[in-house]
Amino acid sequence: MQNNAIVVNIVRFITLVLVQVLILNHINLAGYINPYLYPLFILVFPLTGNKSLLILISFFLGLTIDMFGDSGGVHAAACIFIAWIRPVALKYSFGVSYQLNTLKISTAPFTQQLIYIFAMVLLHHLMLFSMEIFNVNQILLVLKSTLFSGIFSAILMVFSILLFSRKSS
Amino acid sequence: MQQIIFFFLRNKNFLLFLLLFVISFTLTINSHSYHKNKFVTSANFLSGGVYSMKSSVTNYFDLEEQNKILTEENERLRAILANREVETPLESPIDTNYNFISAKVINNNYARTKNYLTLNKGIRDSLKVDMGVISSQGVVGIINAVSNKYASVQSVLNTNSQVVAKFKKSDQFGTLKWDAEKANIVQLIEIPRLADVAVGDTIVTDGKSTIFPEGILIGTVADFERKPDQDYYDINVQLFSDMTRVKHVYVISHRDAVEIKQLEKEVEDAE
Repeated sequence: MQNNAIVVNIVRFITLVLVQVLILNHINLAGYINPYLYPLFILVFPLTGNKSLLILISFFLGLTIDMFGDSGGVHAAACIFIAWIRPVALKYSFGVSYQLNTLKISTAPFTQQLIYIFAMVLLHHLMLFSMEIFNVNQILLVLKSTLFSGIFSAILMVFSILLFSRKSS
Repeated sequence: MQQIIFFFLRNKNFLLFLLLFVISFTLTINSHSYHKNKFVTSANFLSGGVYSMKSSVTNYFDLEEQNKILTEENERLRAILANREVETPLESPIDTNYNFISAKVINNNYARTKNYLTLNKGIRDSLKVDMGVISSQGVVGIINAVSNKYASVQSVLNTNSQVVAKFKKSDQFGTLKWDAEKANIVQLIEIPRLADVAVGDTIVTDGKSTIFPEGILIGTVADFERKPDQDYYDINVQLFSDMTRVKHVYVISHRDAVEIKQLEKEVEDAE
């Protein structure tokens, strides 16, 4: 990574954490639905970047969110899970060409973007809620939270990517 | 040997994932048991600092509402004060063994299954783990972690919470838990079927532990049922304190808490 990319990622890390813990954790739509935007950091991490580094950073990202929310290690677990599975999700949604350093998520076809975002968000949320609720009897609550929060989060992520992607000429 | 090194190199991402996953899984399991949840909490200088910065801005938004709540409390306390007769000994529900420390809630969760609050006071204001926290309206939770300047409170709206509670009229006691269904509705269990239960009955704290003094308000019975084959009631309790808006709270410290705990521990160890 060049210096520029490092600075961009550090700023993105801090911004996403602050937005998550100060605003999004307190939305409580319909009583319990909160969107989780911070996994966007993992989604848009440089596609050809070091995979071990990403897993490590994701762990600290999740742990920071956990610290603010007193939730043990549930976000950390969900984060490293999607960080680890990301290459598979990338290959599945964009084809093998993502490794050729030419692909940018914001310029890829919209349907491919949607598949990628939804797959990653649902995996993250499923992991997150099953760890948080941690009760087989409440599997329905896990699935309900995953679905509703997931849709909310995915929509937010799509809009954030649209808003903040630079128009490359 | 070379084979082993190659194996590690080839699978380094998976092994890293596995290692970190075990760590976060352990943290999660620990957070499910109340006394071990001390590694990653919001009671530290970073999250505490961010939250108190945030609360210094958002405080102004519901100032009027909070003023009203505090005035109502003053009104109630003044009524008690004015109506007591000087000759008779003060029938205060608050034991003098207890000391109250006021604190402000700088972060509040109520929409998850395990909710915590963060307070703006900590060790240097003599807050300790296992102290009870109440608002002017009723019980809020129990402190589960403290740092120098901040404290994290396990809310009564937490599926791990257990508070001993009793009926004000009959002294029948049971355990207060939360089924994560609705904010401000908690469940009172282990009330035997012989007990006299009616909608609207007041539930208060029991006072058998050092955490809460006897008679702190909790809520009223919203509805109850007893399945024919069971010996215990299932009771839903509507909390007095609105957990979604709690801002100013009091932390209760028992003067002899350390001594009592020491004694209880000695008895436990002896068995």
